[in-house]
Amino acid sequence: MATSNLKHALFCAIITLVVSYPILGFNLVSQGTSVGLEGANPTTVTAVFLAALAVFLFQLFRDQIMSGLGRVPKPALPTTRNMSDATRVRMQNLIILFVVIGAAIWPFLASRGSVDLATLVLIYVMLALGLNVVVGLAGLLDLGYVAFYAVGAYTFALLSQYFGISFWVALPTGALLAALFGLALGFPVLRLRGDYLAIVTLGFGEIIRILLNNWTSLTGGPNGIGGIPDPTLFGMEFGRRVKEEGNISFHDFFGIAYDSTHKIIFLYLIALVLAVMTFFAIRRLMQMPVGRSWEALREDEIAARSLGLSRTGVKLSAFTIGAFFAGFAGTVFASKQGFISPESFVFLESAIILAIVVLGGMGSQFGVILAAIAVTILPELAREFSEYRMLIFGAAMVLMMVWRPQGLLPMRRIHIHLDKPE
Amino acid sequence: MLDAYFLQQLINGLTIGSAYALIAIGYTMVYGIIGMINFAHGEIYMIGAYTALIAITGLAALGVAFLPIVLLVALICAVIVSSSAGWAVERIAYRPVRGRHRLIPLISAIGMSIFLQNYVHLAQGSRNMGFPLLIEGGFRFGAEGDFQTSISYIQITIFITTLICMAGLSWFIAKSRTGRACRAVSQDLGMSSLLGIDTNRIIAATFVIGAALAAVAGLLLGMYYGSIDPLFGFIAGLKAFTAAVLGGIGSIPGAMLGGLILGVSESMTSGYLSGEYKDVVSFGLLILILLFKPTGLLGKPEVEKI
Repeated sequence: MATSNLKHALFCAIITLVVSYPILGFNLVSQGTSVGLEGANPTTVTAVFLAALAVFLFQLFRDQIMSGLGRVPKPALPTTRNMSDATRVRMQNLIILFVVIGAAIWPFLASRGSVDLATLVLIYVMLALGLNVVVGLAGLLDLGYVAFYAVGAYTFALLSQYFGISFWVALPTGALLAALFGLALGFPVLRLRGDYLAIVTLGFGEIIRILLNNWTSLTGGPNGIGGIPDPTLFGMEFGRRVKEEGNISFHDFFGIAYDSTHKIIFLYLIALVLAVMTFFAIRRLMQMPVGRSWEALREDEIAARSLGLSRTGVKLSAFTIGAFFAGFAGTVFASKQGFISPESFVFLESAIILAIVVLGGMGSQFGVILAAIAVTILPELAREFSEYRMLIFGAAMVLMMVWRPQGLLPMRRIHIHLDKPE
Repeated sequence: MLDAYFLQQLINGLTIGSAYALIAIGYTMVYGIIGMINFAHGEIYMIGAYTALIAITGLAALGVAFLPIVLLVALICAVIVSSSAGWAVERIAYRPVRGRHRLIPLISAIGMSIFLQNYVHLAQGSRNMGFPLLIEGGFRFGAEGDFQTSISYIQITIFITTLICMAGLSWFIAKSRTGRACRAVSQDLGMSSLLGIDTNRIIAATFVIGAALAAVAGLLLGMYYGSIDPLFGFIAGLKAFTAAVLGGIGSIPGAMLGGLILGVSESMTSGYLSGEYKDVVSFGLLILILLFKPTGLLGKPEVEKI
């Protein structure tokens, strides 16, 4: 065993101790205005030392462990490589059809809580698909995506509060307004390069949130806006009593008993339809010239421009379309919650949506949908560890980037394979 | 017109701005060398502030009350813990993903930032902790009865400490062997590794230096604000990053200039408009500067290579 390994292992163990012992080994306690200090309980201290020991041993025998791990065969991922593109697309369409039918029947069998959660999942699917256009396809790093989500949600909340408009009017209005915001922001900033663009969008997201938080006379500030109406089905309301004159309630019309789950299921179905629409709209766009030019510009900006693509135009279209779908999702979110406040539109939300896109595999729609489901549901399943939820989430993001940076289902482009002449 | 109120805002702004500059160094050096945004840097600064507070309370419990000793011990503890954290973060989250698509390190950094925030949150609770103001008192000047401009000793300390750190850093980068290697690596990573510079070591050193300066800022700003909580690093990190971009990312004097401009514009906004909108003004300023001078105030223009 080389001495350099021993030295390195000792160094790593000491670093582990230095980083964890002061923070974990002592607890600060507020005593009135001053602060006192307590030693942590012995288990924590033991754990810290055990962790340091583990790091020491791992680093000491790293070469052996790594070569041992290397011998374990990697599980083979199912591959569709041998299929022709036409068969693959046909198979994909078939799978989509079954999944959508299954998803449409499922809420009638499931519990109220899980349908509610599934609606949230679908909202995240819409957001992630929208951001996938900006980040995955056009390669523009947007860290303030949540701002457009907020614009959609607040458009519905404010218009319903001041003008009493319904969900179905707010849905396109919110999405169009969000797209308008995207256009207005995108026009000046899209000539900035990668990281600068990231920080400017981050700043924009924060500006929107701070405005919502402080413009108390309009938005209610941190108290948010409540009483956002539920969507109606051809004028039928889902409440126990009809709120608006001339409307009829859903259970009266069909002569069934009132059940609050009707509303939950209805919202879920709306979200499902919108998510499916988003999926197909973006899939279509990807095959159209505009989608192709997004990818061309991402791959090589100079080559794309010299072939006559307008850089600003192409980037702007991606940015605006991404913002449009965020506005869609925002309206559904406002309607689902019935109450919104700036709390829901913090930077962490942008980071989570970005994490979904990257975890899923940038540009890959199936991957993104899968990741949206995983990222939303896994924390709910880990309720017992709710304290450690975000800790695990952060660690998982890092580990995923280290081990599988291409995402769950990397994007596959439709291509033509030329056979070699015999 | 240099009236007392304006002067007061200027002093407050320069104080906070110089602390931002200390944090911004970490962003700008890392970006200069490997071209990534170290999102977890704000959390390193927060860990520095927590360690300093733990050291100060621990010393008070032991009965040590001699001020220079307390400050020095707190500073050393904070610097050691933060630097170790900076080193560990680089080793765990950034080195394995170096050289991949530029979104990958960024996501890894955001994950690390969330992880560290929650790590401190779980260990120390989410309540904010009072940070004792060890350096009390200050000067006042101006006519009696009018608005009096005041400079507290802590403000002077922050300003002087920043100047010393900056001078030390500039000397280190300009003269020392490691500093020279740092400059070489930031110009051309591949070439310097061919010339026998241990680039991994230099990159780690950059993270350690940035983290140490952030820890200094953590101690100083903790005392200045009077309380800390686990989220306190996030917004400060964002501001410091803004400062780094404002001055031209990759440039060390730029970080200083950007920090001061940001600090002054913030305190002017709180003084003359409203404290709630100071963040809007600083981000608005950032967007404006980037629009008209996309590489920041002191950044070098980038040449597109084909």
